[in-house]
Amino acid sequence: MSALPLARPAVEPDTAPGPPASLWSDAWRRLRRNRVAVPAAFFLAFVSMLALFAPWLSGLADPAAQDLRLGATWPSVAHWFGTDELGRDAFARVVYGGRISLLVGLVGTLVSLVIGVSWGAVAGYAGGKLDELMMRVVDVLYALPNIFLVILLLVFFSRSLLMLFVALGLVQWLTMARIVRGQVLSLKQQTFVEAARALGATDPSIVFRHIVPNTLGPVIVYTTLTVPAVILQEAFLSFLGLGVQPPAASWGTLVSDGARVLALFPWLVLFPGLALSLTLLAFNFLGDGLRDALDPQDRRESA
Amino acid sequence: MTAFVLRRLLLFVPTLWVIATLTFFMVRLAPGGPFNAERDIPQAAREQLMRQYGLDRPLGEQYVTFLANAVRLDFGPSYKFPTRQVREIIAEGFRVSAELGGWALLVAVLLGVPIGVIAALRQNSALDAAAMAAALAGVSVPNFVLGPLLVLVFSLTLYWLPPALWQGPESRVLPVLTLATAYVAYVARLTRAGMLEVLRQDFIRTARAKGLPERRVVFQHALKLGVLPVVSYLGPAAAGLIMGSLVVEQIFAVPGLGRYLVNGAFNRDYTLVMGVVLFYAGFLMALNLLVDVAYAWLDPRVELR
Repeated sequence: MSALPLARPAVEPDTAPGPPASLWSDAWRRLRRNRVAVPAAFFLAFVSMLALFAPWLSGLADPAAQDLRLGATWPSVAHWFGTDELGRDAFARVVYGGRISLLVGLVGTLVSLVIGVSWGAVAGYAGGKLDELMMRVVDVLYALPNIFLVILLLVFFSRSLLMLFVALGLVQWLTMARIVRGQVLSLKQQTFVEAARALGATDPSIVFRHIVPNTLGPVIVYTTLTVPAVILQEAFLSFLGLGVQPPAASWGTLVSDGARVLALFPWLVLFPGLALSLTLLAFNFLGDGLRDALDPQDRRESA
Repeated sequence: MTAFVLRRLLLFVPTLWVIATLTFFMVRLAPGGPFNAERDIPQAAREQLMRQYGLDRPLGEQYVTFLANAVRLDFGPSYKFPTRQVREIIAEGFRVSAELGGWALLVAVLLGVPIGVIAALRQNSALDAAAMAAALAGVSVPNFVLGPLLVLVFSLTLYWLPPALWQGPESRVLPVLTLATAYVAYVARLTRAGMLEVLRQDFIRTARAKGLPERRVVFQHALKLGVLPVVSYLGPAAAGLIMGSLVVEQIFAVPGLGRYLVNGAFNRDYTLVMGVVLFYAGFLMALNLLVDVAYAWLDPRVELR
């Protein structure tokens, strides 16, 4: 009789039919079957490609090329999304606006990802006073509507694109920190962490090599949902005139410019607005799909 | 419960202090003063202005003065409009913004909750799918895109509603709708998820098994727990509504606090910006406390500590 007879699994692993499915292959299978997440992913890939390769697309007009005699025209075969008051091709402007919007979304998310994951992992793993202090900081920042912080940073320092990245990233990491901390709190109790420690792994290596990779599921899901949040905030700021500065233009700038001439040239709001909304929608669909795929039990957040 | 509320109120002080300090130093250390933008001010006049606002004092002294005054909600006169106190501007602007935000929140709950309940009860039906698709669209269309589109349709094409200005009840419709749409959608999604969760539980099966009419099961037993996610969302929703009001007030020329803030930001109106930010931070913290208390009251499983 062994010391722990009850710990023996009821079914021997080698009697299970077929190869064991890992979390990732399982999730991948679930994701592929998702009827909205897959088209959303294709749409996002298409938009990203268009944005990425815009300067090398021969059919695309120069977004800055003016034609004052032409002026604003309705959408046509020559100009799919019409032209603006200066005769610039609106389709080209939307494509180039997407470059800025997506870039801000990705970089801002990256900044928030790095800060949030590190902060949450350290707080959760350290526990005690340090955890208390770090989470109090998060609480304090939560109390301040983050857009105010961004507005303050942008107005009082500079309105450069770099500042925009930093400002947006700086306010987006709070939720990520909370998620990662929660995950780490439960993960650090598990036996594989104990095993790592028994093998002599140092604290930083336990946190970043053993624990953080195991939080990847929720982190990926939340990252996918952060990208549209950052894109939206950038557009919001640009709409108020505080974001991307001319001559650069993001989707938010385009909507803002279009809104000023709404009564005369409604298509100048419609198309950038549509591009922005569809992209946000696709990110949300993809995020939802990833959540369902990676965390099928968790229904609390599925709203 | 009382202890909980007191403890949270005590937390207000350090939190607001940190925010105040952060804001103060961020604003003061930023390059450029509020009077640098004005062209051709004689040196003497500028010095006179700086003296008047105490900007010639050492930074530490300015900070102490600022904190002492902020406790009394006194943020001094606006930099841009020296005849007006920031406190007055906040009082005036907030009355308008609160009306706008309050209506939007009301619309969000009164429309969102029923939509979510219906979708949950008819889970996986065409109605459910349509409601949730609409909700997702509602979440995804930003208010600054929706606002101009609503103006285009209802003001410039149909001539039903005024496109701007905050005069008379019909002028409220479009701003409130623009602000509320995303929250209607989100509340509907939260309600649906919450109701689905609750409807699966044993006590609902018991309620049905003992023969209660479905109406009572849903509205008396399930709904009370099913709307809990919505209740805890009200805090973030209020923060979001404040953010949304910045653009909505801009689009519809509503004389609210958000408009003052954005204009203050452009004008480098230090006192105004700090006052508004601190005011909103305190307001949101109070609101979050209220939400937590309401949550505990609705859900006896939650113990406030």
